[in-house]
Amino acid sequence: MAAGVAAWLPFARAAAIGWMPVANLPMPVAPTNKNKLQDELIILNVSGRRFQTWRNTLDRFPDTLLGSSEKEFFFNEDSREYFFDRDPDMFRSILNFYRTGKLHYPRYECISAYDEELAFFGIIPEIIGDCCYEEYKDRKRENIERLLDDLEDNKDSKLPNMTVRETMWRAFENPHTSTMALVFYYVTGFFIAISVITNVVETVPCGLTPNQRDVPCGERYTEAFFCMDTACVMIFTVEYLMRLFAAPSRYRFMRSVMSIIDVVAILPYYIGLVMTNNEDVSGAFVTLRVFRVFRIFKFSRHSQGLRILGYTLKSCASELGFLLFSLTMAIIIFATVMFYAEKGSTSSKFTSIPASFWYTIVTMTTLGYGDMVPKTIAGKIFGSICSLSGVLVIALPVPVIVSNFSRIYHQNQRADKRRAQKVQKARLARMRISKSGSSTAFLHSKRNGLNQSLELTLPYYKMKLSPQGSIEEDQQMKKATTLLESQHHHLLQCLEKTTNHEFVDERLYEQGYLQTTLQNFPSQSPSLSSEEGMTGTCCSRRVKKNIQPLNATHSHPHTHNLKELSTLHIHCREQHQLNTSRSSLNLISDESGSLNCKSSGLVTTAIISIPTPPSNNSRASPDAPPHPNPDSPSLPNPGTDVVKISSL
Amino acid sequence: MGAVVGTLTMQTRQRRPSRDKIDDELELSIVCHRPEGLEQLQAQTNFSKKELQVLYRGFKNECPCGAVNEETFKQIYSQFFPHGDASTYAHYLFNAFDSSQNGSIKFEDFVTALSILLRGTTTEKLQWTFNLYDINSDGYISKEEMTDIVKAIYDMMGRYTYPALKTDTLKQHVDAFFRKMDKNRDGVVTLDEFILSCQEDENIMRSLQLFENVI
Repeated sequence: MAAGVAAWLPFARAAAIGWMPVANLPMPVAPTNKNKLQDELIILNVSGRRFQTWRNTLDRFPDTLLGSSEKEFFFNEDSREYFFDRDPDMFRSILNFYRTGKLHYPRYECISAYDEELAFFGIIPEIIGDCCYEEYKDRKRENIERLLDDLEDNKDSKLPNMTVRETMWRAFENPHTSTMALVFYYVTGFFIAISVITNVVETVPCGLTPNQRDVPCGERYTEAFFCMDTACVMIFTVEYLMRLFAAPSRYRFMRSVMSIIDVVAILPYYIGLVMTNNEDVSGAFVTLRVFRVFRIFKFSRHSQGLRILGYTLKSCASELGFLLFSLTMAIIIFATVMFYAEKGSTSSKFTSIPASFWYTIVTMTTLGYGDMVPKTIAGKIFGSICSLSGVLVIALPVPVIVSNFSRIYHQNQRADKRRAQKVQKARLARMRISKSGSSTAFLHSKRNGLNQSLELTLPYYKMKLSPQGSIEEDQQMKKATTLLESQHHHLLQCLEKTTNHEFVDERLYEQGYLQTTLQNFPSQSPSLSSEEGMTGTCCSRRVKKNIQPLNATHSHPHTHNLKELSTLHIHCREQHQLNTSRSSLNLISDESGSLNCKSSGLVTTAIISIPTPPSNNSRASPDAPPHPNPDSPSLPNPGTDVVKISSL
Repeated sequence: MGAVVGTLTMQTRQRRPSRDKIDDELELSIVCHRPEGLEQLQAQTNFSKKELQVLYRGFKNECPCGAVNEETFKQIYSQFFPHGDASTYAHYLFNAFDSSQNGSIKFEDFVTALSILLRGTTTEKLQWTFNLYDINSDGYISKEEMTDIVKAIYDMMGRYTYPALKTDTLKQHVDAFFRKMDKNRDGVVTLDEFILSCQEDENIMRSLQLFENVI
């Protein structure tokens, strides 16, 4: 039932009078308000603080503690009030929920205390209003993460039954899990450092022979450096292969950034091994050595900060792009201006516009090398404008990048914003489910025949049930559907009667639709098929109603039966010649003479009666048995079948 | 470059005052409405004092400013019919409730209509229904109007119905209605024909009494 608009239900029901002249069928009886209490004030005593409100206000949300009969458990006879031993401050917001229909989260409250109160009073947190929802979710997330962090410290014990591969992967990803992993971590770190230092030292001149020019160490101690390089590459290769072996998803591992860096770091060595003989490509080989410096990026596995920096740069791509773009614009403008300004002066270094680019960049970034200097007055004026604007242009995007970094850094400590969006979707889905609960509630009650308006005929059908079935039936009947719900359902039934169609589940609708299209028996004549759409279903619906004496979860005024029989009997006769053997399997009770109608149901429509095994005779579900009602597995057979049977 | 940026910002600033004026106008239009006194309403309608109190409390809770506009009305009505689309029928209902045709339902309109629907005589109820069906208020229900009304009712059922809605269900329904109501076969239904035909039909008579005890 839509919360908060319960006050409008009388209006909606009154407006239903507008359907009456259009309807062809009689309407179901309205549920009566048996205990017609006048609206009264009730007192809620919460730990000494007394709140008063109308009873109707609380009845607006019947699936909460205060709105249902559960509050009777807290009724104090002596003082004639409802006593709750809970926090009175938090009760304020809960009671306001009933009054205004919106639940707010007070910011000063502890999030877990608030959650407990909501759980006690049976209110789901998802209906917190949009104004307070984000705050609520943020606090909740923080809380959960704090608890998780505490848990994780205790969690590092080895789980049993992990394969070698899984243990290895865990060791690689989280070096603190075992001493072996830690050793491996430090060893690889050490070798990365060695490799980088080797690359650097290789180029330092350490020429000792005076006649020759300074020779870089790399050329002097070639074998030593070659051995070092080989050792490092061996270690890196082994590490890479072990990671590849241990990775749960090898394909994903090979595409990850870190593994690409690994490959790029060790590849030059192998290419160098292959290509030492060929002189032509040795030039290219030398350039390949540059890639050895990428080994330093392997350190990012060892440093969290490096990873965050890389991620920041990636996420600030738009700001960086803006910076680049505006700089380019400014450079081109100022370079042009400087070139034309300095064109006149003699021995000017500003030989062309591209040559002026260098001056502009150096000036705008306030480097000022001094290798190119304007000499004319105009050039100096424009040069000063250039350096002033350079400061501005560069200073603008930098704070954005900095704030981005700070934001991401803090984000790294809390959950992802992207996860929050998924939660938003999940929240909307949950709200939709609880809202659609009203529609599914109606369909549920149809299936289970809980419409209390037709209580009169129930006892008759009860007698026909086995004793065990009747007990369960009783329990079901006593399940409270509030007056509000029954009135709402009655309204929906009136609509069904007006249009002569019923509400069904989407699932069932699809199935019915499929079966109409798929199961067309060849024996039928095409001329009948189009008509039977309407009549066949009517007939089979008619027939299903006849099955009700068996199922006995439906009560149905007999007057309805007879009336519809008379009007539809003509149609049913047409299909008399069709196969009736199936019908005999399905029905055992003594129906009135419209048994022949049953066969019509076989032919075209969704209501194909698939022969059910004789032991299950009460299961005369006209629909294919393969969809047992999943919602009520514990019900006796009659209850489960009446998926499509109208309760009207 | 700074000068360019500066001139751009100055231009946007000039546009702001006009937008503020629009906001002011909007605020003025949300005016509160208070209903007439309780005794007066009690005299005009068939409700008791207590019933009027309950009705007003509910009404005021949903519409603190004392009047419902069409959007809110549609939203409220749609909540009762989660399966389908109740907006068209709500639109017709709104027009029927809004006796002064000024785009909002005040509490007096609300209570007057409810009084007819719940406590009125059958003739009054039928008259109200006729006004509901007569969309253009010309005193006749034409086939198009009836089709619109029936379509609006069927829209409330939604897609997932059993049996599935066929294309000519509507037409059949409207034809059946006209066959019953249009006595002189002139293609339109007048108020007298309507009342007469409804009085002849027992089902309709009985269902009109259905909601006696709603309040």
